[in-house]
Amino acid sequence: MKRGISILAVVTALLLSFALYEALIGAPTERTMGDVQRIFYYHVPSAWTAFLLFLINFIASIVYLIRRNPKTDILALVSAEVGVVFCTVVIVTGPIWARPVWGIWWAAGDIRLTTTLVLWLIYISYLVLRRFSTSGQTPVIAAVLAIFGALDVPLVYFSIWFFRTQHPSPVIGGGGSLDPRMAHVLLINWAAFLCLAWLVSWTRYRLEVVKREVEEAQALESLLEGSR
Amino acid sequence: MNSMHYLYAAYIATWAIHGTYLVILARKYKKVRREMESLRK
Amino acid sequence: MSFFAITRATLEKDIRLEWRSKDAVNAMLFFALLVVVIFSFAFDPTAEESRRIAGGLIWVAFLFAAVVALNQTWARELRNQVLDAYRVSPAPANPLFLAKALGNFIFVAILEALMTPLFIVFFKLRALGETWDLLPIALLGTWALVVNGTFFAAMSLRTRSREIMLPLLLFPISVPALLGMVNATSAVLSGEYSPRVWIALLLAYDVVFTIACLYLFETVLEAE
Repeated sequence: MKRGISILAVVTALLLSFALYEALIGAPTERTMGDVQRIFYYHVPSAWTAFLLFLINFIASIVYLIRRNPKTDILALVSAEVGVVFCTVVIVTGPIWARPVWGIWWAAGDIRLTTTLVLWLIYISYLVLRRFSTSGQTPVIAAVLAIFGALDVPLVYFSIWFFRTQHPSPVIGGGGSLDPRMAHVLLINWAAFLCLAWLVSWTRYRLEVVKREVEEAQALESLLEGSR
Repeated sequence: MNSMHYLYAAYIATWAIHGTYLVILARKYKKVRREMESLRK
Repeated sequence: MSFFAITRATLEKDIRLEWRSKDAVNAMLFFALLVVVIFSFAFDPTAEESRRIAGGLIWVAFLFAAVVALNQTWARELRNQVLDAYRVSPAPANPLFLAKALGNFIFVAILEALMTPLFIVFFKLRALGETWDLLPIALLGTWALVVNGTFFAAMSLRTRSREIMLPLLLFPISVPALLGMVNATSAVLSGEYSPRVWIALLLAYDVVFTIACLYLFETVLEAE
């Protein structure tokens, strides 16, 4: 276990450094936007990683409701937390990219960024629920919330899409085809961020396992002390 | 503010966000360690 | 007893209890007036601008009223250990949920009915589109808030800061419905475009989440 994490950590560090080099120097400069476009190599992979993590949370939540295995619940918690971290990156880098390119910090009709914002809000509320719940069955309630969130996403997407048809707005992510060299750098950065996500999630998972064991031991101890 | 500043801001912000989370994890880890020690006694 | 019989019995009991304490009715009336007055102070209602943002204003006011109503949804049940009884009995809990949601719906609908004429007066509103379209918008929109709100109120029962937890959970999930309500209302008020697609979205939202709430209520109840 420990060796696995160390190897992953080294691979992650190497990949991230290489990916950073490619993003800042290796990749060709974009014609219309200039060097600012390089934000794309961080913004887009972070979004894909966040969505993947939220998908894992959704599946883990359903599996938990069926099987009620505590390890599955830990997976749900971890994927939600790390997903929020990556999602925050998307929400912060989006406007930083939009401002020099489009002159505005945010476009309400930008479908991808706005959907990501709502997803971020839903998962923040998920984490707050987990933190504030005093029920013994928090995992069940959190899992139900995750399912509601997942049901909501297509509705959010459609509602913003339709809003856009009535209130035309710039597309912050940029559409259109991609130079193959840029696609290459994009994929390298995605691979690097996936490794980072895996590394952080694995670490968080082990931390949570130990934390719960300690809590159980503490509960047991106070129970025994009470009977002395 | 020329556009390169935005590029740096975005990259620095990304690492600041990841860094903050790692600091939070490190703190949680220390806390759990402390609790484990106090249980052992 | 059949599903609908239980639902109706529970609903009638709730309405009777509310009606007996006339305080509730007077408080409702005053609350409706207060909200509209505050909004008219906050947003200067000159006719041109007000028609453009009126859709949003009205629904924010309704949302606020809904949260106030939703927060006390399960108060009586908690006080009398009704939920524990449902947990140990083999009877399904869905009729209870439906009765609560319908009760909330009626309560919020009455508040909206009280606030709307006040809004029209204070903001000099006039619908340039099909006024009758406002009825399905109000019904579907209110149900969207109430069905999820009643459900999340149940989820928030065992949490610290219960009153904050409810809106915190409700608002993000309600985004598509809010977009639907506000834009449909603006469409009718301005007459510039048809609200039909937004009404369809509200309908889809209501169907999806009503089914989800009915399906998952027992799970949540057992977990409390």
